[in-house]
Amino acid sequence: MLRFIAMRLVKAAIILIAIVTLNFFLIHAAPGDPAAVMAGEAGAADDIFLEQLREQFGLDKPLLTQLGLYLGGIIQLDLGFSYRQQMPVADLIFDRLPATLLLTMTAFVISLVLGTLAGVLASARVGKWSDTLISTVALLFYATPLYWAALMAVLIFSVQLNWLPGFGYETVGGNYEGLDRVIDIAKHLILPATTLGLFFMAVYMRMTRASMLEVSTLDFVKTARAKGLKPSIIQRRHVFRNALLPVVTLAGLQAGQLVGGAVLTETVFAWPGIGRLMFEALAQRDYNVLLGVFFVSAAMVLLFNLITDILYRVVDPRIRAS
Amino acid sequence: MLKKLSLLAATFIVATGTALADPVSGGRANAVIQPEPPSLMLGLVQNGPTQMVAGNLYESLLRYGPDLEPLPQLAKSWEISEDGLTYTFHLYDNVKWHDGKPFSAEDVVFSADVFLRETHPRLRQSLKYVESITAPDANTVVFKLNEPFGPFIGIFEVGTMPMIPKHIYEGTDYKANPANNTPIGTGPFKFVEWTKGSHILLTKNEDYYIDGLPYLDEIYWHIIPDAASRSVAFETGVVDILPGGSVENFDVPRLTAMENTCVTDKGWEFIGPLSWMWLNNREGPTADKRFRQAVMYAMDREFAKDALWNGLGKVAQSPVSSSTRFFSDDVSQYPYDPDKARALLEEMGYDGTPVRLLPLPYGETWQRWAEAIKQNLEEVGVKVEIVATDVAGWNQKISDWDYDLAFTYLYQYGDPALGVARTYVSSNIAKGSPWNNVEGYENAKVDELFAKAATAVSKEERQALYTEVQQILTDDVPVAWLLELGFPTIYRCNVKDLVTTAIGVNDGFRDAYIEK
Repeated sequence: MLRFIAMRLVKAAIILIAIVTLNFFLIHAAPGDPAAVMAGEAGAADDIFLEQLREQFGLDKPLLTQLGLYLGGIIQLDLGFSYRQQMPVADLIFDRLPATLLLTMTAFVISLVLGTLAGVLASARVGKWSDTLISTVALLFYATPLYWAALMAVLIFSVQLNWLPGFGYETVGGNYEGLDRVIDIAKHLILPATTLGLFFMAVYMRMTRASMLEVSTLDFVKTARAKGLKPSIIQRRHVFRNALLPVVTLAGLQAGQLVGGAVLTETVFAWPGIGRLMFEALAQRDYNVLLGVFFVSAAMVLLFNLITDILYRVVDPRIRAS
Repeated sequence: MLKKLSLLAATFIVATGTALADPVSGGRANAVIQPEPPSLMLGLVQNGPTQMVAGNLYESLLRYGPDLEPLPQLAKSWEISEDGLTYTFHLYDNVKWHDGKPFSAEDVVFSADVFLRETHPRLRQSLKYVESITAPDANTVVFKLNEPFGPFIGIFEVGTMPMIPKHIYEGTDYKANPANNTPIGTGPFKFVEWTKGSHILLTKNEDYYIDGLPYLDEIYWHIIPDAASRSVAFETGVVDILPGGSVENFDVPRLTAMENTCVTDKGWEFIGPLSWMWLNNREGPTADKRFRQAVMYAMDREFAKDALWNGLGKVAQSPVSSSTRFFSDDVSQYPYDPDKARALLEEMGYDGTPVRLLPLPYGETWQRWAEAIKQNLEEVGVKVEIVATDVAGWNQKISDWDYDLAFTYLYQYGDPALGVARTYVSSNIAKGSPWNNVEGYENAKVDELFAKAATAVSKEERQALYTEVQQILTDDVPVAWLLELGFPTIYRCNVKDLVTTAIGVNDGFRDAYIEK
């Protein structure tokens, strides 16, 4: 197992360098440069000012030199400096990370738990009205654009009913402390986390349902029934555990995206996370911030892929043997 | 006594045209800031959001009333010599920086002559006319010019010449100075905290040099990236002030219909945002003057004003905004007249070559405006393709002259020499910047008139020169002028004296108070 993990880590490092290089060229291929965007924000710029900015950003150097410098930094875990935000990129990302993780992990847990449960429930009542209801709702969640769902959620629960705050991470100027602050943040979290979780909830539900139904027709389940095992034990030990494999794969994929944040949700709900940081950096061509976010999220995707593979081996002994 | 008198004078001027009830101290202002500023150090970064927040932290020597007449700020009085070469400012003598150190004329010399000369491109243009800046005593500053510069008295606004503390910045690497994260100014509010992506908090400066000011205890600037969410923030009472341009125009009628909600398009007189379409004068149909005039006649600008801007702003009559000095309406006029447009196109023999139109990527209003113009132009037989870009891509295309028609708006800064000439003089034609003479218009007479007018001393002479240049430009139509933009500031009606100067909300909340 250790050898397996070590091999995978070496591979991951090579892939990461390749990803950074590819991203570097992709970003620089987009039209526009950060100096011009920043100068534009200053209202009026002259050539000296633009030159100053380009020199500061290192944009006056040849592209390959810029790449070399960047990779050199990455190897020393230095993600560079954001001239627009006047801060080291690593600080910017780690400032935003807690908010993003709180949002995406809550959404992850909500979607995984509720989605899987609903899937199991639906598969146990195939063809009945409760199955139809669950499947229809799931389809609705699956098909609704996130942006629209987010706006509707704000409109209904915040503007009309006034039950929940419509945006932000906590009440600005509320100065809550201790438990009050936790409650305040939790209230702010409900709408964005639920909205963000809707799509994956539907996917988990459909996947679990289909997988449960498929597994329950397999020979080993028939054998278990023939042995006279209780249906609830068959469902739990034999069907559910085997049906989980595709769900774990999907959860691994979703988990990899946790750190990348959720651009739309964070924008609509003014959630101060990494997704928004990335979106704003893109608009401003803040290359170092973009590359930094891509680097951290790529690293996370690789990490969670590794964890998924390890989990596979735990869930399914056949993979371990092979 | 002197201080009280000046205070009285200043208060009187500020109160003109605003509420006359007794201001009350206390309370918190909740305002929106969009987008999140990159930094609050106004000496280093001069973009809109930075100035909006930092206009509370930093100050300059003067402020400007809605008619652009100078008002006291750090300078309580000033004199200009008859030859227009010497400007002498007398400063308030009890001013302190937010860290408690005294502010003096030396700070003014350092800010204007050392710091901003290096970091402020717009001010640098005006400082070319300055021979020396000296401080004969702690409360007097003298600017000596090498030749008269008409708009000089207009450059002492906080966004153009913010005062920077010499004791903190002298001899340091300005951009890396840690004080940039905790800005120190002389303004009515002090910096407290900035939670990135969430909010910026400012608190009252208890040691402010004008007794009784400011009235508010604190200001929260809320950072909300989505325009629809900003509207919701106002509707749900989270914020009480939406500075101009915070929400999409189509949300404005809904918000202003709410109870206790006021709206004003004042506070932009100094900046004077004027919108137009760049017309590429170098090639394609737009190189023909008759085509450009046809574009002017084809556009229904009144419709755009009413439908897209809720009736706010004005149809532009000239390259100079009507709130800017030396505006003249004695120029060629272009009312909506599709028949005239068709006739001009026929006369030039327009062959139906399609033109590319770049909307400004600043939100829905601009997108819709581009569609309205497209419709206007197609009605007179011009084929239009709308090209979509983001801000960075738009900058690039304009800088590379890769367009036929392209929306933009630029600031005038109160005087044609500061904000108008740069768009039309031929010395300003250079690839690589989207704010110079991007259209490629060349006219030696126009160059000469702008140069003369900038250095003429008497107002009458300047007016005559600028009127002539406006007449030439409106005949040649180097660009297609659209509207003098009216950005609505929306606020609860019990917030009083929010907008009192020509710079509006950008000038800070010094005089604002909340009526109980």
